[in-house]
Amino acid sequence: MEKVRNYTLKIWRQPNAQSKGEFKTYEVKNISTGSSFLEMLDILNEEISEAGEDPVHFDHDCREGICGMCSLFINGRPHGPEEEITVCQLHMRTFPNNTTITIEPWRAKAFPVIKDLIVDRSAFDRIIQSGGFVSVNTGSVPDGNAIPIPKQNADLAMDAAACIGCGACVAACKNASAMLFVSAKVSQLALLPQGQVERKKRALAMVDQMDKEGFGSCTNTGACEAECPKGIDLSNIARMNREYFTASLTS
Amino acid sequence: MSLDSKIPEGPLAEKWTKHQFNLKLVNPANKRKYDIIVVGTGLAGGSAAASFGELGYNVKSFCYQDSPRRAHSIAAQGGINAAKNYKNDGDSVFRLFYDTVKGGDYRSREANVHRLSEVSNNIIDQCVAQGVPFAREYGGLLDNRSFGGAQVSRTFYARGQTGQQLLLGAYSALSRQIAAGKVTMFTRTEMLDVVIIDGKARGIVTRNMVTGKIESHSAHAVVLATGGYGNVFFLSTNAMGCNASAAWRAYKKGAFFGNPCYTQIHPTCIPVHGDQQSKLTLMSESLRNDGRVWVPKELSVSEKLRRGELKPKDVAEEDRDYYLERIYPSFGNLVPRDVASRNAKNVCDEGRGVGETGLAVFLDFRDAIARDGEDTIRAKYGNLFQMYEKITADNPYKTPMMIYPAVHYTMGGLWVDYNLQTTIPGLFAAGECNFSDHGANRLGASALMQGLADGYFVLPYTIGDYLTGVPIKKIDTDHEAFTEAEQVIKDRIHKLLNIKGTKTVDHFHKELGKIMWEKCGMARNEKRLKEAKVEIQQLREEYWKDVKILGVNEELNMTLEKAMRVADFMELGELMVDDALDRKESCGGHFREESQTEEGEAKRDDENFSYVSAWEFKGEGAPAKLNKEALVFENVKLTQRSYK
Repeated sequence: MEKVRNYTLKIWRQPNAQSKGEFKTYEVKNISTGSSFLEMLDILNEEISEAGEDPVHFDHDCREGICGMCSLFINGRPHGPEEEITVCQLHMRTFPNNTTITIEPWRAKAFPVIKDLIVDRSAFDRIIQSGGFVSVNTGSVPDGNAIPIPKQNADLAMDAAACIGCGACVAACKNASAMLFVSAKVSQLALLPQGQVERKKRALAMVDQMDKEGFGSCTNTGACEAECPKGIDLSNIARMNREYFTASLTS
Repeated sequence: MSLDSKIPEGPLAEKWTKHQFNLKLVNPANKRKYDIIVVGTGLAGGSAAASFGELGYNVKSFCYQDSPRRAHSIAAQGGINAAKNYKNDGDSVFRLFYDTVKGGDYRSREANVHRLSEVSNNIIDQCVAQGVPFAREYGGLLDNRSFGGAQVSRTFYARGQTGQQLLLGAYSALSRQIAAGKVTMFTRTEMLDVVIIDGKARGIVTRNMVTGKIESHSAHAVVLATGGYGNVFFLSTNAMGCNASAAWRAYKKGAFFGNPCYTQIHPTCIPVHGDQQSKLTLMSESLRNDGRVWVPKELSVSEKLRRGELKPKDVAEEDRDYYLERIYPSFGNLVPRDVASRNAKNVCDEGRGVGETGLAVFLDFRDAIARDGEDTIRAKYGNLFQMYEKITADNPYKTPMMIYPAVHYTMGGLWVDYNLQTTIPGLFAAGECNFSDHGANRLGASALMQGLADGYFVLPYTIGDYLTGVPIKKIDTDHEAFTEAEQVIKDRIHKLLNIKGTKTVDHFHKELGKIMWEKCGMARNEKRLKEAKVEIQQLREEYWKDVKILGVNEELNMTLEKAMRVADFMELGELMVDDALDRKESCGGHFREESQTEEGEAKRDDENFSYVSAWEFKGEGAPAKLNKEALVFENVKLTQRSYK
């Protein structure tokens, strides 16, 4: 395997939310196969900055695949071609030498572009604010072992809680639906005894907020699950539908 | 100015309880008349903002990310300590206290650490009640694992994503207060200065990172929970955006900086692959529960491994040196981080390192997999193994991991008293941002504990006591102190944008990182530190003449954001060097080559250095003044730390 590679990059450039965007083509050379995808973009940015062009703006922070900040649509897939990882964990050894790589932002009505590859995902925060919590104040809570929780439930709750809120599910969905994201939180809390008191209210409020934000409907295509960097299971959507219908009929 | 740590009188175990009673209270009807600013939304900031909101204060919360859920606490993998003694293995509040003081190499405050241990149990209860899915046993009760520097199992965890789950718990509490209207959230907003009026912190100036707008925010008290300064080194396990600017601006406004030279080099990170690297990835310390650290005994074997002529699995048992188990038989692979890091450096310096660069050691799971089966190991560490494989293209189930130490955490930070208040009245610091609890070395799974202790259980008490002495009347942001502070920032931005030099911000940041890593890193000596000081000064001078920043202030401009942070790193770097020069002893993460035992272990000098260094800003270009807070130990006996 060669140690360094060259690529042609087609990158979406858009100065701000108001202006019209377009693809621009760049060449990068001598990229180490051990570099991460974002390191490759860092190198591009160093080069175009030196040449006096505004660097390509993209969201990123922890670069360990956990903060959920990075959000690139690479060659038609959120977080690129590898399964169950985020862009920051994607490495250039995945991309053959002398190929073209197309990089776009997440595209969804509820995620407007801020600049270049950066979008506004505050809709996710507002969905959590509508009910994605247990209403307990600091202090005055029982001992951590007061309520035993079957390991199986705790594990399923953890599976759902692994969501990093990156929005790949929305970007992957042809309807830009946020059902996988919302259902992950609804499921986590519905599976745990601590979430029972507000269970119905939560399901109704979060689904309602999701609709208000302009996300599309779910047609059970499963693209969200296929592209989720944390492997959040589609069955969470089924669980949320049950939670929602039960709550609608009984409250 | 004299330093008053405000440690309460009385026996250690009663200090916090008594102090809580003695703290003055704000009556519930008045709480809604007070405004509190919290900068940062990690474990400390998120939990503090949520708790203040629950109490009834008006809170303004700030983060530079696009959402409060992304703060870097999220990346903590291994776990959180608490003295629950659920395992019946002899744990207690006092033992957690003792281990933490010892682990910190006797350079932390007894009273603070004891309080931390006391509230550790409340944290677990709180998080469980929020719906944090901690790992459980088949009987439904909480599970624990072991971490470095302790001989009991007291670490609670949620797979390898404990930080994420705890942060999402705090974020959910914060979200609830945002919905309730008690917290106003400002995302993609960076704090650039603290505003002081009549000697008290009364607000901050921020930059909206999307529009570039410089704005003022007024309040009755300000809390900084802005994390550590590991990114001074350029390469670290911190997130790319982590920076020291908020703390550094506070320092320049009169807050003392405590122990800046105490940095933690984490032993288990993925080794550097080359010049294009932008950041380092940590592999949780919990891996040392089952992984065995080794290098070959013979140089020739290491050389063959480096050239790829030999596979690690083909190195015979008798040719392997499990050096931690050999040198430290009682703690073995679970020695504290500073000890593990230094030993990795030593074997690599001897030429026995592995990997292409020779700067790596093995962390081997072969024996654990043979003992417990691959499925058990996968259940414990699956996500870590997957992450390792994605980054390195090696499968750790089949071949040992390679690891090397990297900058991970900074024990130093803003000096605070027992109430977490800095030397500026009304300015508080919490979490990694302050210096208080970890001494010269932090134990694994203690950062999450400290962040949440400060935010959930300490600040909500102590800030009320402060506010009772502050008039309720608000100060308008058109007060001249705010307009002046805004102007200083606008001038600074204008100056940076108009240097129009030839070298990029990253170029300077990398240069600074090289100086710091080589001369103020894992091993330090007077000669190299003195060189570093001069080199940093030269680099800083060059920066202000030749840095190239494109774009304008009035739009999203990541180069400008970074340029302001790097300018501050270059000043802080010099203070770290000053502090490392002053502290001629070795302690914890600070290893002065001049001060070591015959066996090469860190040698403290309690007679001369049993103090907290609190540095005071004395004006641009003037040397910082060192103030000393003497450390008094009444409950633990100072001994040479031994893990043998």
